[in-house]
Amino acid sequence: MEDLWVAVLWGMKIWLYLIISLIMVPAMFGFSLGISETYMTILIKTLEWATLKLQKEKADEQTLKTSASNGLIQREDGSMEKELEELRRSRPKPPVGGDFTLSDCFYFSRKGIESIVEDEVTQRFSSEELVSWNLLTRTNNDFEYISLKLTLVYGLGIFVRYCILAPLRITLACIGLTWLVIGTSAVGFLPNSSVKYWLSEWVHVMCYRICARGLSAAIRYHNRENKPKKGGICVANHTTPIDIVILCNDGCYAMVGQVHGGLMGIVQRAMVRSCPHVWFERAEMKDRHLVTKRLKDHVNDKTKLPILIFPEGTCVNNTSVMMFKKGSFEIGATIYPVAIKYDPKFGDAFWNSSKYSMVSYLLRMMTSWALVCNVWYLPAMHQQEGEDAVQFANRVKSAIAHQGGLVDLQWDGGLKRAKVKETFREQQQKKYSNMVVGDESSNSD
Amino acid sequence: MGSNKSTLQHIPNAEELMEETGFSAAHIQRLYDRFQLLDRDQMGGLRNEDFEAIPELVTNPIKDRIIGAFLSPGKDMVDFPSFVRVLAHFQPTNSKRSKTSSQEQYNSPTRKLQFVFQLYDQDRDGKISKTEMLQVLQEMLRMEETDEQLQSVMEKAFQEADLDQDDAISFDEFKKSLEKLDISEKMSIGFLC
Repeated sequence: MEDLWVAVLWGMKIWLYLIISLIMVPAMFGFSLGISETYMTILIKTLEWATLKLQKEKADEQTLKTSASNGLIQREDGSMEKELEELRRSRPKPPVGGDFTLSDCFYFSRKGIESIVEDEVTQRFSSEELVSWNLLTRTNNDFEYISLKLTLVYGLGIFVRYCILAPLRITLACIGLTWLVIGTSAVGFLPNSSVKYWLSEWVHVMCYRICARGLSAAIRYHNRENKPKKGGICVANHTTPIDIVILCNDGCYAMVGQVHGGLMGIVQRAMVRSCPHVWFERAEMKDRHLVTKRLKDHVNDKTKLPILIFPEGTCVNNTSVMMFKKGSFEIGATIYPVAIKYDPKFGDAFWNSSKYSMVSYLLRMMTSWALVCNVWYLPAMHQQEGEDAVQFANRVKSAIAHQGGLVDLQWDGGLKRAKVKETFREQQQKKYSNMVVGDESSNSD
Repeated sequence: MGSNKSTLQHIPNAEELMEETGFSAAHIQRLYDRFQLLDRDQMGGLRNEDFEAIPELVTNPIKDRIIGAFLSPGKDMVDFPSFVRVLAHFQPTNSKRSKTSSQEQYNSPTRKLQFVFQLYDQDRDGKISKTEMLQVLQEMLRMEETDEQLQSVMEKAFQEADLDQDDAISFDEFKKSLEKLDISEKMSIGFLC
């Protein structure tokens, strides 16, 4: 037994040294040994092979999932007025006043049924469907035995992911977080000087790099000349809390958020020692003026880092960008939009907070293949003359959606939990009543 | 053929549904996925709250009646087969069917008309009364109009359709007043293959 223990301890020491030298040190200093690149190449080749195999097997049968990324139905986008006119054309023009017909219901019932079969909003709060299976159990909806080779690869994948990669990643994540807390606290002891700022940035980026390795993240940054500068606000679409790690791998930002207790609280307090972040107490968040003022103060101080904000306010599944809350666009600072798009083949990055807790989400991330994403830095935008905050927010949102290849929606991400406001229904009713009774008023005695 | 049916194994009575409604296997699968997405608490059925979680549906003026078409009176939950049967009304009329069943197909023009008729005829007595028509108008226009305006609008529409002047619109009168309409086109959803 003794020997076994010694062997285990010895093995763990080797394991740790390997990790530090092969992964941590390169991560800390920003160079790469090519291990992760090799892994990614093997992974891509394997997935391509698996896709071909699956397609070959199903080529002679109807593929059920070919249109997974397309809609189930084709919708006509005629306006209410146009379609109701068409319906009414079939009967003679009514006598004076009052224009309601039994056929009006056709339009509304059809629209209603269409939205039951497929709508733009509810699908955004669950994970994106894959076009082809990526050899993960969790994305496998109907397991069929295709071939021995495929099953073997799948089994091997499970072993690699759960027994090799997951422990490795968990170790890295723990080291990364611990180092973040210790490093930032240490830097906090220094007096304010350019050395302090430089060190603080270095510590932050280093820790985020380690965390990124802890998730096997392969990030491509585009248009880095547009990187957010000090005194500005960086806005991005929100898919997961890991967005922060992704963005902070390439630069330093000031975070905005609520003060938490527990582990998060420790991290927050440590971080704020080395460079100013904007943490709010829960009560303070309700006060819009206070929030705006603090953000304004931060932005106006040109020595402080750019603030990172996710205006959607909630996580959505990375197929669309939902309504941006106007708060950050009222401050009058330069906005630096950033688009983030994850590749779902390698792992589903979306955090479905109603389905998974933070811990189970992180474990799922660590047992995926990898986290591959593209980050585009867009040119800075300013609020224009005569443009109000909402219009400005929509303009920025469209730019981000366009760059990331995402659908630009006007719906509020808050609909994940809350019901849609009655006012939207009232709008429709008003529109319709103009058509029905609007004529009446023009013909009134 | 083999793999098609096997993937639908976890959907109860999938084959019968396909026969009955004319939906293809792919459609049934996609509708089942949709059903499960909407069924938030995984109860095996959709309730009022599940429908109300669809923002586009909630903004529809007659949303309550549409939801009512799924939830037959007395039941507060619709299961998957009933869900599919209602949706079958909206298939295009000329979609190919392998067998002609003895009962009329769900997507025949008459069945489509019956669907809309029942949206109006809430008490299912086979006639649309003046009260029922008034109720529909109140829902669609949100009673913003004064009662008189609503009454006159309703009267005019009623007179147009009520051919035998018995203060009730029967299904045949309903059908007649809409005979010039291309029902199958206006009441069909473009299901993609």
